Amino acid sequence: MTVKEIFDRMDYGPAPESAAEAMAWLAGKGGRFGCFIDGAFAAPGTTFESRNPATGEVLAQVTQATQADVDAAVKAARKAQPKWEKLGGHGRARILYAIARMMQKQARLLAVLETLDNGKPIRESRDIDVPLAVRHFYYHAGMAQLMEAELPDRQALGVCGQIVPWNFPLLMLAWKIAPALAMGNTVVLKPAEYTSLTALLFADLCHQAGVPKGVINIVTGDGAVGEMIVQAQVDKIAFTGSTAVGRRIREATAGRGLGLTLELGGKSPYIVFDDADIDSAVEGLVDAIWFNQGQVCCAGSRLLVQEGMAERFYAKLRARMDGLRIGDPLDKCIDVGAIVDPVQLATITGMVADNPEGTHYRAPCALPAKGAFYPPTLITGLSPASPLMQEEIFGPVLVAMTFRTPAEAVELANNTRYGLAATLWTENINLALDVAPKLAAGVVWVNATNLFDAAAPFGGVRESGFGREGGWAGLSAYTRPRGTPRALRPTLPFDGNGAPEAALDRTAKLYIGGKQARPDGGYSRPVHGPRGALLGHASLANRKDIRNAVEAANAARGWARTTGHNRAQILFYIAENLSARAAEFASRINDLQGGKGGAAEVEACIRRLFTWAAWADKLDGRATGVPLRGVALAMREPVGTIAILCPDEAPLLGLVSTVAPAIALGNRVVAVASDPFPLAATDFYQVLDTSDLPAGVVNILTGSHAELGPVLAAHLDIDAVWSFSSAHLSEIIEKRSAGNLKRTWVNNGLARDWAGPEGEGAAFRDAATEVKTVWIPYGE
Amino acid sequence: MQIEKTDKAVTTAAGLPQLHEPRNEVMPLDLRWVAAVQANTSAIERRAATLPGRRSVKKEWQAAWLCKAISLIDLTTLAGDDTEGRVRRLCAKARQPVAPEILRALGMEGLTTGAVCVYHDMVATAVDALRGSGLPVAAVSTGFPAGLSPFPLRIAEIGESVAAGAREIDIVITRRHVLQGNWQALYDEMREMRAACGEAHIKAILATGELGTLRNVARASLVCMMAGADFIKTSTGKESVNATLPVTLTMIRAIRDYHARTGIKVGYKPAGGISKAKDALVYLSLVKDELGDRWLQPDLLRFGASSLLGDIERQLEHHVTGAYSAGWRHAMA
Repeated sequence: MTVKEIFDRMDYGPAPESAAEAMAWLAGKGGRFGCFIDGAFAAPGTTFESRNPATGEVLAQVTQATQADVDAAVKAARKAQPKWEKLGGHGRARILYAIARMMQKQARLLAVLETLDNGKPIRESRDIDVPLAVRHFYYHAGMAQLMEAELPDRQALGVCGQIVPWNFPLLMLAWKIAPALAMGNTVVLKPAEYTSLTALLFADLCHQAGVPKGVINIVTGDGAVGEMIVQAQVDKIAFTGSTAVGRRIREATAGRGLGLTLELGGKSPYIVFDDADIDSAVEGLVDAIWFNQGQVCCAGSRLLVQEGMAERFYAKLRARMDGLRIGDPLDKCIDVGAIVDPVQLATITGMVADNPEGTHYRAPCALPAKGAFYPPTLITGLSPASPLMQEEIFGPVLVAMTFRTPAEAVELANNTRYGLAATLWTENINLALDVAPKLAAGVVWVNATNLFDAAAPFGGVRESGFGREGGWAGLSAYTRPRGTPRALRPTLPFDGNGAPEAALDRTAKLYIGGKQARPDGGYSRPVHGPRGALLGHASLANRKDIRNAVEAANAARGWARTTGHNRAQILFYIAENLSARAAEFASRINDLQGGKGGAAEVEACIRRLFTWAAWADKLDGRATGVPLRGVALAMREPVGTIAILCPDEAPLLGLVSTVAPAIALGNRVVAVASDPFPLAATDFYQVLDTSDLPAGVVNILTGSHAELGPVLAAHLDIDAVWSFSSAHLSEIIEKRSAGNLKRTWVNNGLARDWAGPEGEGAAFRDAATEVKTVWIPYGE
Repeated sequence: MQIEKTDKAVTTAAGLPQLHEPRNEVMPLDLRWVAAVQANTSAIERRAATLPGRRSVKKEWQAAWLCKAISLIDLTTLAGDDTEGRVRRLCAKARQPVAPEILRALGMEGLTTGAVCVYHDMVATAVDALRGSGLPVAAVSTGFPAGLSPFPLRIAEIGESVAAGAREIDIVITRRHVLQGNWQALYDEMREMRAACGEAHIKAILATGELGTLRNVARASLVCMMAGADFIKTSTGKESVNATLPVTLTMIRAIRDYHARTGIKVGYKPAGGISKAKDALVYLSLVKDELGDRWLQPDLLRFGASSLLGDIERQLEHHVTGAYSAGWRHAMA
């Protein structure tokens, strides 16, 4: 084409980035890769092809790791870990800094290789993936430096097994490896089989950056290798990928005492109110759903538009789609690249073809003749009942519907099993700041979308997984408290056949929705003192009582929106009322357990209630220092409804120590009292009754932990289960929790000193809250 | 790989302004529309900041796009020390903006700038110097750059410039009306100036660097279009901040909205601050992506620039020879 012809047509021409350097690197490695274990590349084993999805060309042969490879990697990581941790924060900071520098020096090589392997536009790998990955290492070099001063009570977990997806191969690797290394862990990481190459290049760069051998190990292969890592002798599993696989990992790790973080799927709402800057909101969608071909777990894939302006919005959106350029990912002038693999392309194609509902609009861009490409697509006129409105498509397909009011927008937004991210557009600060906290999502972007930074915690709620990556919050996923754990011995109820000591029978019932309730099953069990005296009867709750208690708890969701001051007042009041009846509770505890520790336990309960009353209005979030004119608020939100299997060994203090932090921080609770000594808890509901605590905020059941625990863990409307029971329930609770991927906090058969500092503190605060990151860019 | 949507625009004989589009006629002031306009500064800035990374033109395409940029330049001199000699030199450069051998090598013989832009006093000289070239003369007017001379004099100034042969009048608005939210006053002023222009096309200079917010820029753009502006223009070049990408995005989105509602295409002229060839390419891609190819013609897009041409000349010589060029190799204006 001549200059004059182009002058007349004003087309964009080809603007290819050269692949030569990346191809030369692959060739330099012989085009075949073994795993990177103990500081060196092993000889390639059985290999599979890694292809460029844009062309179908084979880029390299990558090893399908064997059990022996995984074992060797874990062994190398295990051997290297103590020395790596002992290197100290500053020593590790120097290495992480060296990694960051090395990545910057090879930034273009990393970007080009990523684009070749994954199919994402070079603009994205060059301007987003690689810089964010580098930033993650710089940021965590700083965290390593600060660890000893700022986290003196934390230590490394040990060896971390990490499994990352194919949509952001290098970036997800950075999100996993940087915090793990900073905190003194060593890692065995598996990249996705479609996209192993940048992980292997990264390993090569780490070698040059002076990372000690064994600290970073990369094993390649398909899901079978992932399963081997999950089954290996590691101390933590970190996984980013699909909800289905996340669920399997939850089950497979149950009861093993492992740390687990899951960053899973999403169907994130993108809400546009009628006072938004519409053009900017339309442009935002380009970055929400056509970024990385929509293969983004937090993609704004569910468009909710206020009804009155919907048609105008859709018209502008379709016009914008017409201008999207799809094609060669290495072209610097391309908006949408290739789908990662033909298999994935077939999935997207099938999902859209199977759901003809709604109005389908495909961007009228010509697709390249070969390679895995799918056109940007908008489907309007759907309803929440449409499968495409609920299921993650993981492709460049946007589904849309309308709403009438802000309240309805929130309701529709939250009408999903997922809860990863949400976007909202409005020029009204009142509306924005009202809606953001109401969205069930770990990340909310106000008038922006898909903003990421190492300082801003990222992660989901509901079936989008748990755990946070980035910021201070992300470090708890890679550390544990210092100290030597002790085993918890089972506490068993006393037998006996004595008569009641008190003349008048006092009937202990269940406490549900602020009312005393007889157990649904109509059964009770006698409770005896250590010398066999009959102290009373405790109701035996069953699954229907759990159902009722959970419904009562969920009806009390207004508790989450009360002020911290208000909650503090109520906790102080509970303490005051307990104090007034201290003698009675002390003797009840003595009767239940024997000995004379009752008075001290009641006193400890009063102190603990004060502690949590104190925290109720003091658990601050953070305004994180993200590189943007604006703020990213890492807010602490209540988890929701928490089921608690109370400690058996401390009948009142165990209840108070677990329930008080939960309600202080805005949660509702279904507590199952100490199994052997339930009567202190049933006395306690009388204290609650007289302390202005709204009905349903605390519900107390009595009965068998072994029977009730699994039902609570499986309940789909409970957000978290904590188990401090002395019965061996950790495994079954973690396994059953996979149903809705609720958060679990189980004791793994280990003891906790309820009277000491272990009985309160940061662990409780962290378990009772989720970090929600709200990004608010500003400027006028 | 051919992946482009085909250009639907009617490609006109390039280089000649004021072709086939119906002129923007005055419409009633719609204050509800004005009030509903939003401009989210932070989002607009992000779009503007990432655009250079999203669009790239190379090789022949780059050369062609740079030639296009030249064809859109209002080659400008607006200095207190302008003389007839200086203006004649400028006009000569407008007629032959690039060395003939370079244009020959590019197959772009006959390329000129879009217009020449001068103060009223120099209009007659410029008209004379450009006679036979088809190039229009644009005059800055209405008490340029502050626009605070007596209103009747500002209106009269337009008439004088039109009488002297200016085919385009670049007026300045009263910034006060925008800052005070007095859209009626802005509309009335603009309408009267438009009437005074008669057949000459009118470019409304918003002086965006003095309007405080992008929201004001968007609203002022809209009001000026309602009052009949043929072009909206960022700045006089005399404010401390002149054309920027965020301001451009805001203004061209207003143009797009106006087109969507009225069917009328209004032109856009960024002025001041565009001095590098690379900047011009970014502006072209922004206009292409946001407004469409039809806006890449001189009847709908101009660059108000003086030093931009020199940088483009060096880039074009580099394209032709493969060697980086030097400023002194190219004829000065």
